[in-house]
Amino acid sequence: MDNDGTQTITRIAEIIINALQLEDVTPQTFDPDLDLVDEVGIDSMDLATIALVLRDEYGIRIDEDDYPKLTTVRIIAEYINTKLTSGE
Amino acid sequence: MKTVSSLLDDHWYERYKTISKLNIRSSIYDVTDRCNLRCKGCFFFSSGEHEAASEEKDVGKWHAFVEKEMDRGVNLAILIGGEPTLCLDRIEAFYKRLPTFCATNGLIKVPRDRFPDMMVGISLWGDAEDETTLRGKDTFKISSAHYAGDPHAYYLYTITPKQLGKTEKIIKKIEGVGLKVHMQLLSNDEAVDGFSWTPDELVTVRAEMDAMLDAYPHTVISSKYYHEIITTGKMLGRPFGWMECPSVTDTIDKRDPRPKRLTNFIRWASDLKTVHRCCTSETRDCATCKDGAAHMSWVMVNKRAHMRSAEELQNWIEVYEMFAKLYQFIPW
Repeated sequence: MDNDGTQTITRIAEIIINALQLEDVTPQTFDPDLDLVDEVGIDSMDLATIALVLRDEYGIRIDEDDYPKLTTVRIIAEYINTKLTSGE
Repeated sequence: MKTVSSLLDDHWYERYKTISKLNIRSSIYDVTDRCNLRCKGCFFFSSGEHEAASEEKDVGKWHAFVEKEMDRGVNLAILIGGEPTLCLDRIEAFYKRLPTFCATNGLIKVPRDRFPDMMVGISLWGDAEDETTLRGKDTFKISSAHYAGDPHAYYLYTITPKQLGKTEKIIKKIEGVGLKVHMQLLSNDEAVDGFSWTPDELVTVRAEMDAMLDAYPHTVISSKYYHEIITTGKMLGRPFGWMECPSVTDTIDKRDPRPKRLTNFIRWASDLKTVHRCCTSETRDCATCKDGAAHMSWVMVNKRAHMRSAEELQNWIEVYEMFAKLYQFIPW
């Protein structure tokens, strides 16, 4: 993973934009601290879709029980980083 | 990019935040294959679902089953039948562990010393005349005596075409016994003569449902958007049907593309092994299905589709709030 996580954040934003077909936003302009549920309006099914893409991309498993914790792009990036570091 | 707060003012945003993280995960359970009524148009009997499985009689197995359901993430048990109140021990297996809703015809009173705050939905199919035609007796007299003033009970008033022009009388009756009411439409699975909806009747009943909500806002638990969806069968221009239904049993859902759906939803038969196709009759034509919960859920799982405008998102919030009230996730 890149040292400051910027690349991961941008890639996760891109995955979310593509999965949800979001308009008027780019991976670079996506606010990594925007609440995905409260603001973007994603639901557990959207999260499941995104989790599958992240699993394939990063080779990690995202437990369904963890979905409620993954509220922003930055938190997802940190979650992935932790998983990769711990080798889970 | 449209965000929730960019679409809503503070009042609506607060309402949204109250419900946005509820994460309701329901499944439906046939508690028994038996009923103490035999209503014309009851999907359970008309489609032969009462014969789909032989009910599990060992209460211990019901308790173990509910534990497994909780492990699956279910946080709302919707109990239907047959008539669930014929098997209180089975109801208790759910009620002891998780939020539980029990549908009933109201002829047997749920003992409140045993189930003090379980939400009870009492079916009502119209006035005394319709009730007698379709169900063989006027159940309101009995059910209202059992549940008058109960804060954890409401009427599920199934409106039939014969009820046009008469709904206010029913709503007043329900208000008079201190209960709330939610309105839904008869699907007429047994094609009882005169009880199928015509397009004009659906237009009329929508106006009547709207009028009842305006006139009795503290008694009627509903939303005008729900009335639109259930009477037109369309949401945001999309017709309801098999490829849109959110409440198909997850384990047999092979639809491609998979629509937005209730997460992990299963409708279990009373043997605790067999599953039914969906929340209602397997033989029902999805294109004409009027199931209220399915249509509510259809809206609820399509949140982002309602983020095109403030009005559409407010519609979504109202439907979600209605569902959350009916199943006691938020107060009346």
